[in-house]
Amino acid sequence: MTGTLEHIIEVRDMVKKFGSFVANDRLTFHVEKGEIFGFLGANGAGKTTAMRILCGLSYPSSGEIMVAGHNVYHEREKIKRKIGYMSQKFSLYDDLTVSENIRLYAGIYGLGRKEINTREAQLLERLGLTHIKNRLIREIPLGWKQKLAFSVAIFHKPAIVFLDEPTGGVDPITRRQFWEMIHDATLEGITVFVTTHYMDEAEYCDRVSIMVEGRIEALDTPAGLKQSYESRNMNEVFLKLART
Amino acid sequence: MSLILDHIDKSFESVQALKQVNFEVKEGELFGLIGPDGAGKSTLFRIMASLLIPDSGRCSMLGYDVDKEYRQVRQIIGYMPGRFSLYMDLSVEENLAFYARVFGTTIQENYDLIKDIYEQIAPFKKRLAGRLSGGMKQKLALSCALIHRPRILILDEPTTGVDAVSRREFWDMLKKIQREGITTVVSTPYMDEAELCDRVALIQKGSLLAVADPSALAEGGEKLLYSLRSGKGVYAYLDQIRQLEGCRYAWLFGDELHVTLRSAADDAGVKKVLDSWQDDSLKWESIVPSIEDRFMGLLQEESDADSEMEEGE
Repeated sequence: MTGTLEHIIEVRDMVKKFGSFVANDRLTFHVEKGEIFGFLGANGAGKTTAMRILCGLSYPSSGEIMVAGHNVYHEREKIKRKIGYMSQKFSLYDDLTVSENIRLYAGIYGLGRKEINTREAQLLERLGLTHIKNRLIREIPLGWKQKLAFSVAIFHKPAIVFLDEPTGGVDPITRRQFWEMIHDATLEGITVFVTTHYMDEAEYCDRVSIMVEGRIEALDTPAGLKQSYESRNMNEVFLKLART
Repeated sequence: MSLILDHIDKSFESVQALKQVNFEVKEGELFGLIGPDGAGKSTLFRIMASLLIPDSGRCSMLGYDVDKEYRQVRQIIGYMPGRFSLYMDLSVEENLAFYARVFGTTIQENYDLIKDIYEQIAPFKKRLAGRLSGGMKQKLALSCALIHRPRILILDEPTTGVDAVSRREFWDMLKKIQREGITTVVSTPYMDEAELCDRVALIQKGSLLAVADPSALAEGGEKLLYSLRSGKGVYAYLDQIRQLEGCRYAWLFGDELHVTLRSAADDAGVKKVLDSWQDDSLKWESIVPSIEDRFMGLLQEESDADSEMEEGE
């Protein structure tokens, strides 16, 4: 199986077992290049397990999985170079400054010093954080941290960025500004794979999958899902599917 | 009054966590404290639970001062902190028995109060708390907070990070607890949960923005909020809408844009421009603001005031 250009992630019959427990039960789906793909499900439905496999952090028990043109069994290091990742608990170091965090990540991804200098300045300018670049991360407000964590996750221009509940806990305006940043990232050709518990955010995705007890129960555009499940909004769709 | 917060101030070193927080909760009320992380919700809850002393101001529970009469306060409240206060190396049953004994009661004595909640986790009563799922931990923690039949229940973000289904179930439980006559104060970052409370306080950066019942909050303010929908999706229109003269704010809102106009007179002008875009699927209508809309409006008014002050300096 080869991942086509259009399908940046191709998953066929992915199974992950922990002992006798089946966390992912024959998942089959693809993610198109440049889309925002919402990966929804109740707590314990198996989202994190699947996401870890796609990021090259754990092996599947079986199945054929290609991420950014690479095989998750043999080419995990290549996958890691082509993706970005941001979790709900932020991947920034509290005791480093804003600037040091940016430079640390850029360095890990092998960017040259000149390029780092230019792009760091651009990034700080765009986020309006230039005046606090020498402040420790622990001293800056949550909303800024979140925007910075996202920017750092895509600093090396990855093909795909994985966002694991990126907007937990922030105020409703910061949450929307964050989604505008996500949209802007797709304009640069970055594919977005995102999980969230905010159902209004599911509406901002191009397509949404909903996992229930290890399986993908539904996958479509938000409009398509609302029609199929005769619901006014994604919250109703989710309640109909995930309530067991 | 069940609970009185009288002009509470609290600072940690240079950070002013709470500024003149002032509200009351009535007997039997289900009261919501709504605000993002860092707004000061947990600090306020720890003051109510007699775990922190305010720098100034007073807090009382059923007439008992939480500072001077903390022993009495602790008898009458049930407190569920943000990070569950369960013993991970005790079983489900042992956790519940432990909390009952601490309060000098038994599981049997108040079992009817927790029956509906506890029965859902009872099949796993021999399992260690550390090995429960998030939803089950939440139910056990609530059972433990209720086992001594408190008069006031204080729940600090019980639904954060919990999926939409479990959140719905949790609120069903809170409604039942309310029918038992227990006053409940609950904090949440989810605006949709505000609609389920009798009254809410909106909090941001340590200050209350508003205290009201949810429907009154929605009706407050001028009727300047509009919804824009399109069969082609609304994101592409966001920038264009923001550039319109009559547009004060515009934000994504599920599959709509919510647009606040500068004045009611701007409606006609905006409509004209929308017509010129020649998208037959465009739908523009005046709407009643939700709690989330109101919260966003209050945040923006505050940030506008801040920037005006900066310009004036």
